[in-house]
Amino acid sequence: MAGPEFEVPALSDYTVVPKIKEGATAHLKTFPAAEPTQTYLGYPYELGEDWKERAIDRMGQILDKFRSVRVFMDACVHCGACTDKCHYFLGTADPNNMPVARQDLMRKVYRRYFTLPGKIAPWLVGAEDLTEDTLNQWHNYYHQCSECRRCSVYCPYGIDTAEITMAGREILNYVGIGQKYSSEILNKVQKIGNNLGLPGPALEDTLEGLEEDILDDTGVAVKIPLDVKGAEILLVTPSADFFSEPHVDSLIGYAKVFHAAGVSWTLSTHASEAGNFGLFNGNYETMRNVAMRIRDAAIELGVKRIIVGECGHAWRVAYAYWNTLTGIGWGGADEFSKQLQDQLDMRYPQPMHICEYTWDLIEKGALKFDKSQNDHRVITYHDSCNVARASRMGDEPGGQFTIPRNIIKAVANHFHDMPEGTIGEATFCCGGGGGMLTDDLIEARVKGALPRMNAYNSVVQKDKVNFLALICAICKAQFTKVLPYYGFDRGSVGGVHQLVSSAIKLD
Amino acid sequence: MTSLTVFFIGLFYFAALVLIGGVAYRIYEYSRTPAPLIIPTTPAPTTRSGVAMRMTREVVFFESLFKSNKWIWVFGWLFHVGLALVLFRHLRYFQEPVWFVVEFIQPFGKYASFAMVIGLAGLWARRFLVDRVRYISTPSDHLMLALLIAIGVSGMMMTFVAPTDIVALKAFALGLVVFDWHPLPNDLFLIAHLALVALLMIIFPISKLLHAPGIFFSPTRNMVDNPRERRHLAPWAAALDRNKN
Repeated sequence: MAGPEFEVPALSDYTVVPKIKEGATAHLKTFPAAEPTQTYLGYPYELGEDWKERAIDRMGQILDKFRSVRVFMDACVHCGACTDKCHYFLGTADPNNMPVARQDLMRKVYRRYFTLPGKIAPWLVGAEDLTEDTLNQWHNYYHQCSECRRCSVYCPYGIDTAEITMAGREILNYVGIGQKYSSEILNKVQKIGNNLGLPGPALEDTLEGLEEDILDDTGVAVKIPLDVKGAEILLVTPSADFFSEPHVDSLIGYAKVFHAAGVSWTLSTHASEAGNFGLFNGNYETMRNVAMRIRDAAIELGVKRIIVGECGHAWRVAYAYWNTLTGIGWGGADEFSKQLQDQLDMRYPQPMHICEYTWDLIEKGALKFDKSQNDHRVITYHDSCNVARASRMGDEPGGQFTIPRNIIKAVANHFHDMPEGTIGEATFCCGGGGGMLTDDLIEARVKGALPRMNAYNSVVQKDKVNFLALICAICKAQFTKVLPYYGFDRGSVGGVHQLVSSAIKLD
Repeated sequence: MTSLTVFFIGLFYFAALVLIGGVAYRIYEYSRTPAPLIIPTTPAPTTRSGVAMRMTREVVFFESLFKSNKWIWVFGWLFHVGLALVLFRHLRYFQEPVWFVVEFIQPFGKYASFAMVIGLAGLWARRFLVDRVRYISTPSDHLMLALLIAIGVSGMMMTFVAPTDIVALKAFALGLVVFDWHPLPNDLFLIAHLALVALLMIIFPISKLLHAPGIFFSPTRNMVDNPRERRHLAPWAAALDRNKN
């Protein structure tokens, strides 16, 4: 690994709020998207003559379509409660990474063009004209937000900067400034079926290889079926699970759980991706198009249940949005929803998280474990932001915190939580979520990981923790990359189902 | 009737119209704008009554702010509770006979003004002392605090230092309500107090004071966490269902 061209923050046991340093990350620019991918998504790829009118126009449409943005633009009182809550601010000290300041980059334009005081006395209320400089700031700082919602927990009005970031990215796209990384991924997932652009035959090959590995390892013929019509369960998982380390170990874990449960299940080539970057860009139609692949696959394969693998934002989209976007869920009375509801097994929540599924089996005593297989690991658990603050597992609020921890405790002997204020709803983002998992943003990713790394460091020091368990493909990739910057072993990160995989006893 | 009285009668009718009309319009605007996706900040209540409880805790105790920052919470809560008591006490100027509860609250309402002004002063101090808050403060943030403090202090001057002709004032205030107008006492603190209050009423619907109605419409706080059980569709999103499928 080439040495970083920036200073990696020093580790400590807890994170100190820095003094602000204006412009500290003003140089961080994610690569802009090129013509072909933007055209496919229906966006221009450069600023046109009328970019300003288009931007204001789009902002107006968003204000009319999304109550969140409309209310959040008005409600902020600049109290400062959020100013020390963002991991990117804590790691970079750039004041534009304070949630309120990030919002104000848009609010100043909103005030100028959509409010009376901003029209007549802009200097009084912090209103400013929309200029190319403003767009540049947006491009910088709306790509230094992982849409993790930590600020929304602490805002007295629940203002969620993620909603503003999404709106900002949509307006940027709409005037021709896209992000290369997200734009390419949204092309691949819609054209090929997954974010990695892994075609069907390659996927088939990979899965066969994995089946052989499991057979060699355990002596048991665990199958990883693909495109099996009439299977009971469709598993939709992030494509990183198919070949990235450590992701693939969790895929093996899911396969072993299904094997032990004795159910028929399948993956789908068409829906070989749980991730949905449409969320990150704040475009409802794109997000819907990407999500619709899951519905199509479910109908085509005739499955009774849909289960989602370890992926944070995918679980948010699946849990909170699939019913709205695609009718995967219950309660819809329209033809569109009913078509799918008639097919799905009504005894279960739809969709279901793989952790809900596994924990349910554990509670029923259907799975047997040898916990000592995980004895070389001292484990802590990282709550991924979208799971923690934008979704749920089980029937009770907070199940998203207890269920994964319960699984870990059922399959391993050594577990320690990181300090209060860094887990649960207060969890710190890995630093790579929300469309930032790209090398052009590595400085923001490394610095943004600081609060999580400090919390991890504290249990490494205190409890000799050596394994960071989690359930998100982006977190896994981010930590694998970032842990070494802080002097930790990249191999100390892995999925909850990797732990399940190590301990499960198969017949 | 002096020109001062006429001016203030006009001013207060105008201010009341702007306040009520403006806030009503904002509420209409918020309520007609759909929330197309279910986005409560979780863990969130799974029932309507649970959401009502969450909102009550948020509005009465500032639950999220308490989690966030104890200094802002202390000052903010002092100010808002003080203001609530003071406002409630002021009902006595608009009713005859005065309700029992308003009578009962009178002594508390008088001293609540201290809580109110101390809270405001604390919040203002943060705008100078904390570098992060200094960075985000606009001129209007400072002026808003100055305005509220000036209203509080001018009122306290009349309560504790230089009482105004309270009988005449009540006649004036009641007169506004029943359209039977009476002269306004010519008193510096009173004139200042009333003028600033009218100004506050007028800017309410176009300022950050909209956080008051806004919180009730905040989707991260007022939505039920039940997306797997209920299909939630905004009208414009439902139109996509029909067109494409």
